[in-house]
Amino acid sequence: MQDNLQSSSYKELEQKSKYTNMFLRWFLYFVLILFASYFIFPLYVMVVTSLKTMEEIRQGTLLTWPSSLNFDSWLVAWGGRGYGAGDTFLRPYFWNSIKMVVPAVFFSTFIGAMTGYVLTKWRFKGDQWVFLFLLFGCFIPFQAILLPMARTLGTLGISNSVVGLVLVHTVYGIPFTTLFFRNYYISVPTELVKAARIDGAGFFKIFFKILLPISAPIIVVTVIWQFTQIWNDFLFGSTFSFGEAAPIQVALNNMVLSSTSVKEYNVDMASAIIAGIPTLIVYVLAGKYFIRGLTSGAVKG
Amino acid sequence: MFKWLEKNLPKIVMAPAVGLIGWFVYGFVLWTLYISFTNSKILPKYELWGFGQYEKLWASRKWLISVDNLLVFTALFLIFCIVIGIILAIFLDQKIRAEGVLRTIYLYPMALSFIVTGTAWKWILNPTLGIQKMFIDWGFENFTFDWLVNREMAIYTIVIAGVWQSAGFVMALFLAGLRSVEDEIVKAAKIDGAGLFTVYWKILLPMMRPVFFTSFVILVHISIKSYDLIVALTQGGPGISTTMPALFMTQAAFHKSQVGLSAASAMMMFMAVAAVIIPYLYSELRRENAR
Amino acid sequence: MKTLKIEELSKNFGTTEVLRKINLEIDEGNFLVLLGPSGCGKSTLLNIIAGLETINEGNVFIDDYNVSKVEPKDRNIAMVFQSYALYPSMNVKENMIFGLKQAKTSKEKIAEQLEKVSTFLQVDKLLERKPSQLSGGQRQRVAIGRALVREPRIFLFDEPLSNLDAKLRVEMRREIKKLHQQLKTTVVYVTHDQTEAMSLGTKIAIMNHGVIQQNETPENIYNKPSNTFVADFIGSPSMNLIKGKLIKNSNNISFIADDSSLEVPINNYDFKENSDLNNKEIYFGIRPEHIYFKKLNEDDFDINLRADLSEYIGHEQIVTLDYSNQEILAKFPSTIKIELEKEMKLYFDLAHISLFDLKTKERI
Repeated sequence: MQDNLQSSSYKELEQKSKYTNMFLRWFLYFVLILFASYFIFPLYVMVVTSLKTMEEIRQGTLLTWPSSLNFDSWLVAWGGRGYGAGDTFLRPYFWNSIKMVVPAVFFSTFIGAMTGYVLTKWRFKGDQWVFLFLLFGCFIPFQAILLPMARTLGTLGISNSVVGLVLVHTVYGIPFTTLFFRNYYISVPTELVKAARIDGAGFFKIFFKILLPISAPIIVVTVIWQFTQIWNDFLFGSTFSFGEAAPIQVALNNMVLSSTSVKEYNVDMASAIIAGIPTLIVYVLAGKYFIRGLTSGAVKG
Repeated sequence: MFKWLEKNLPKIVMAPAVGLIGWFVYGFVLWTLYISFTNSKILPKYELWGFGQYEKLWASRKWLISVDNLLVFTALFLIFCIVIGIILAIFLDQKIRAEGVLRTIYLYPMALSFIVTGTAWKWILNPTLGIQKMFIDWGFENFTFDWLVNREMAIYTIVIAGVWQSAGFVMALFLAGLRSVEDEIVKAAKIDGAGLFTVYWKILLPMMRPVFFTSFVILVHISIKSYDLIVALTQGGPGISTTMPALFMTQAAFHKSQVGLSAASAMMMFMAVAAVIIPYLYSELRRENAR
Repeated sequence: MKTLKIEELSKNFGTTEVLRKINLEIDEGNFLVLLGPSGCGKSTLLNIIAGLETINEGNVFIDDYNVSKVEPKDRNIAMVFQSYALYPSMNVKENMIFGLKQAKTSKEKIAEQLEKVSTFLQVDKLLERKPSQLSGGQRQRVAIGRALVREPRIFLFDEPLSNLDAKLRVEMRREIKKLHQQLKTTVVYVTHDQTEAMSLGTKIAIMNHGVIQQNETPENIYNKPSNTFVADFIGSPSMNLIKGKLIKNSNNISFIADDSSLEVPINNYDFKENSDLNNKEIYFGIRPEHIYFKKLNEDDFDINLRADLSEYIGHEQIVTLDYSNQEILAKFPSTIKIELEKEMKLYFDLAHISLFDLKTKERI
């Protein structure tokens, strides 16, 4: 085709590819940064607004930088104004959420690890179906279980309590945690378990001495996933626990929607940041594991 | 006895998980299904009433609006998330300098709850002090952006916030997919003279079919379940213009004492999800067995 | 005019130097094999020839044109990959003609080329299949076909056989050899398998740590390795190397091994340089297949060694011998009965020895 290509035309090709490449690069970065600003914009607005006074908010625009860093609205959002009735603030609900998240994450992770272990290393007839049986739980729309759940919690006497929410989140976390651990343990060579059995180790010894010590990555993934899910849950919180025992997302929503007097956007934004900051911190610190949870929770099955 | 215990230990360990899921998922769904065939009001009643609740449901204007909204939202949410996700994934795949930082920025909304997202967007989109004021202050005197309080447009504000939250997720899925393609395929294409566009359009994207499928399933799943975002952003308003099935269901159950009707609406949602999920799980499982 | 010429080429990945001052030339119709252990830079060199990697220093010429900064598609080359790199979403036909379509070749020409190549490679029955429906050997054929339809000036092969099982590998090796004999196109072929290199190459360039160690015909590489690396890399089992020094008195040169009384006369060795040989510290190298169990030539040097181990591998056996606590391997026909733990009389074929400088490891 190009047997008689002259060196000058080679030069031309060289130049051409250089210019197209340069143009492409610029275009690329332009689009990427454009989208980055779309994604960063709400966070920026939240932070800036939370640092302004209401006066400033009315005068400036969304983007204007506050004249001075004013953390008053943060204090109000966290600890209230100090007068009695109608003064909602996030502190008690933040602790409610912590009290709910910690045990729920622990139990669901532990149960998921055990079931994942059995499903991959102690396979039995029909284990595929058992896995599918559990997996389907990842996808059910929770509306289909809200009514009986509310009744069950009532019967057990733990509706409107943190304990009730722990139970709910543990149960509905099991499908996900099982999925994570199963997909992780399936890639651990079964020879390891066989060797341990020949050496005389039993069911629990193999789990605690051999599998658990190499499970750190998947434990991190699972804990982060469960933490984020449970911390961010609103549906269960708002249906099963609306009063004193409400988790933070419910409290945030109540605060923002409360129609008392004038809307204080700065306090709203500070509250939203407080409600979002634990998961945001986890994401920034352990983003790699967060993404792995997202993609493996989603892609594999 | 001890022998038996030892032999069945794995199954015994499995039992709590299977029992809990069996009861709390399958048992509960069946209960809801049963209740949907009764004439339950405030409290569940147990004598069967036939398909009355479903007839009532599909005759309800609010439910029809919910379904309509769901269809509009799902379609737009899917298209925008997938298109933006693919564009970002492909662009990030070009040996970009600050890839880590950009990826973090695109994905962080996934870490926030829909309530936080909704609160933020509600403030941004509010007509008096939000984006509209920003443009007016910049000199666009006649700029109006009142979608949040506009019956016709309010549903699109939910799309904006939803896409903002989930597009990064699709990006992560596609980026992982693209990165798993063998280098040599791209090299072969370069030698074959394919430009960047052709490489992606003709070779790499067709290879991403499973990722498309996964994204589709997950996004549809998110959109059918979407509840928090609407509560935080519009509460289904103005009027009932942005109500969706999930909101319809909880309102019927807990505010309007229509337990039977809400069970029927929950079952409709359940069936919609099942229609998408079951083929997906089936194909995933088959793929795994084929490996 | 050289079909391919590489001049003073260097390549770094960050601070790691992958290729150092490579010089290479290939004449029209030659089959050059780049051979070396993994990580030696051979694949990087091939990617640079293809235009898939950039160059830090030096130039690449194809037909005397400097193509160092030319896009791969404009270099008039074609490449076959280890993983075949067939496009999974296209069928065999689309895979093969993809390059021609990109080059806006006329429909008639495409049809003609496809017909010619697919019958030539016997894939004409598979044209409608997807790559996932092909066997390993068929995929390899299609990958070669995709390269052939473009009628390139140079074929590049990147370890094309290493994903095939042992039997198929030998078959495909022969086919590639036939292909080259018929088409006489210039080939650059990367592999880490010495048998492949020996059987295919008209020239072999042995690489290690980003440097070409030796670039010659297979015969020369086998018979006259230019340093201990090449001596060790080529041949199976590797060449035996015995430490010692040369002693020169009047017209006779002999090799005295360290810690032993072994003295081997070196009479007909073709020294590169004749000066300064006395007392030179060297390695004495002899291949296992050049140690005999009976005297074959007049000059063969006889020696008594104890046999410790014998490995039967079918038509031959590899015997481990003890020479003052150093293992020496020899290859004998498997019909010979070896008595272990006993000294036996053996013969070194002095016409096939190699001597290397102990310090520089270079052939002397």
